[in-house]
Amino acid sequence: MSQTSSEAPGALRVTGKARFGDAFFRIIAYSAGLSVLVVLGLMIGTTTRDALPVFEYQGLWSFFTSDEWRAGFSRTEFTGEYGAFSFIYGTLVTSLLAVVIAVPFAIAISLYINRIAPKRLAKPLAYTVELLAAVPSVVFGLWGLLYFGPTYVRPVMELLNSTLAPIPLVGILFEGPIFTTSYFTAGVVLAIMILPIITAITREVTAQVAEDQVQAAYGMGATDWEVMRKVILRGAFPGIVGGTMLGLGRALGETIAVAMLVGGSQRWGLSLFFGGDSMAGHIANTFQDAAPETVLALIAIGVGLFVITVIVNVAARALVWRIGRVAGDAAL
Amino acid sequence: MSETSSQTRRAPEAATPRIEVADRDRSTDVTTTVRQSTVPSAITEAVFEAKDVSVFYGGTPAVRNIDLKVPKGEITALIGPSGCGKSTMLRTFNRMNDLIPGCTLEGSITYHGEDIYADDIDPAEVRRRIGMVFQKPNPFGISIYDNVAFGPRLHGMKANLDDRVEQALRGAALWDEVKDKLGQPGVALSGGQQQRLCIARAIALEPDVILMDEPASALDPIATLAIEDLMRQLRGQYSIVVVTHNMQQAARVSDRTAFFSVDMEQGVRVGELVEYDLTEKVFTAASDPRTEAYITGRFG
Repeated sequence: MSQTSSEAPGALRVTGKARFGDAFFRIIAYSAGLSVLVVLGLMIGTTTRDALPVFEYQGLWSFFTSDEWRAGFSRTEFTGEYGAFSFIYGTLVTSLLAVVIAVPFAIAISLYINRIAPKRLAKPLAYTVELLAAVPSVVFGLWGLLYFGPTYVRPVMELLNSTLAPIPLVGILFEGPIFTTSYFTAGVVLAIMILPIITAITREVTAQVAEDQVQAAYGMGATDWEVMRKVILRGAFPGIVGGTMLGLGRALGETIAVAMLVGGSQRWGLSLFFGGDSMAGHIANTFQDAAPETVLALIAIGVGLFVITVIVNVAARALVWRIGRVAGDAAL
Repeated sequence: MSETSSQTRRAPEAATPRIEVADRDRSTDVTTTVRQSTVPSAITEAVFEAKDVSVFYGGTPAVRNIDLKVPKGEITALIGPSGCGKSTMLRTFNRMNDLIPGCTLEGSITYHGEDIYADDIDPAEVRRRIGMVFQKPNPFGISIYDNVAFGPRLHGMKANLDDRVEQALRGAALWDEVKDKLGQPGVALSGGQQQRLCIARAIALEPDVILMDEPASALDPIATLAIEDLMRQLRGQYSIVVVTHNMQQAARVSDRTAFFSVDMEQGVRVGELVEYDLTEKVFTAASDPRTEAYITGRFG
């Protein structure tokens, strides 16, 4: 073997050609990853650049807290009033309402599909829920505006108004007058729209709760309901919070359906039955007729929405992380 | 079961290093595999009585025509080859089989004389009174304390919860190891400790029977012997029914042994009870040739 030893190291050397595929793939993957950052950076850069003059003109604090929005018509200077609070409030209220309605449904649907429904029903039902995500939001908007809102949501609003309005403090949320297109109508339709994503994640995380823990709880005399509540939901809780936050993120950014259903008044009211406006909805409803200065103001709303979405996502991650720690998944 | 081939009569400890901890409570020679009989051969008081029990999964029989009396305060081992239905039989005693879709039972099982498969029986209540320990340790992802307190909290037994948790952990021989870290997650314990935690969790509900489904099969030899020691300590206060693949384990801990075997019945493998007697007798003078063949390692 000694006579070949002088040749052996040569065979080990990189020939160049054989490594080309690896290098090529690495560059592709690297730039694909990088492009996300570039696009996001460009978007943040240009929108913030356009929005800055608006924040300077109106004042940052005033932009977020004033509810006086009066579009100006100048091409060269700022003449209007740009307090976006009404839209911020509308966005937050409709999104929170959507989450409050959707989460219990998502949990119930998940438990039904995973643990209660007969197998031949579970699969089709799961697909049906996912199909909801495939409906275009403008269709949800039209349906809500022409059919679902007036026929189903309106009677519910009337019922809530007559039963809950007299209650002190909470009652203010349910005071009349009732608008058919309102925070409430938009929130209910939004709830339907975010149901698939929350259900998909809740279903996944509840299915992942270990079956042996489920058995252990049954073995101690837990009923079906107790097993679901104390073992499955408790174990899946961090995941459910994560899914909820994803749904909330989607609700915050939803534009067309909310624009069609929220009322479009440029005002805000504490009552859920008030016809207000949302950030994305206001941009969609007004940008076509907006003068240059107002276009900049609308972009500023977009930046504000982005900031709120980032805050919600960071808060969600922090929450999931904290819950994960409290739940004591030291071994996971 | 290949590891049991020809060395059935030799204890596994002979092959592994001697373990001081495990030998501590063992007054007799460790190489003695078969527990000396301390109980009369006649069963005076039965906890469970299975009469002509057959269990079906989706119409296919799993065990057929089992008659079995489980005595109070003793350790009863169910042994037999894979697929013989010993785990199925164990799970009929606390109606855990009800959770499997398509599982049906014929015959009757009484618990202290009461038919637990009667129409007006609440399966959850049956399971509350009959503790169960599973093959794989399955503590919840919550603290040690909360694991033990889970059952009592579930059933509203919240008075003196701290005492109850301590008693259960002491009963499961785990207290000294965990008393300073009750708030830590149960899943952070070692496998053997986790299994004792599961036993503590079961006895916190003060059952009078504990069903154990191969409680040591996922554990290392040291932890296995600790569980066996614990079973002997629990014996008397609790009636224990244990399913095991490990014949030495059955021989070491049980008072009585039920040997199940598999029979072909119209092309389907069906479990049946071949022999049920004092453990000493089953292991030294089996009356059925199949039992002897299994115990001496000729099949299984």
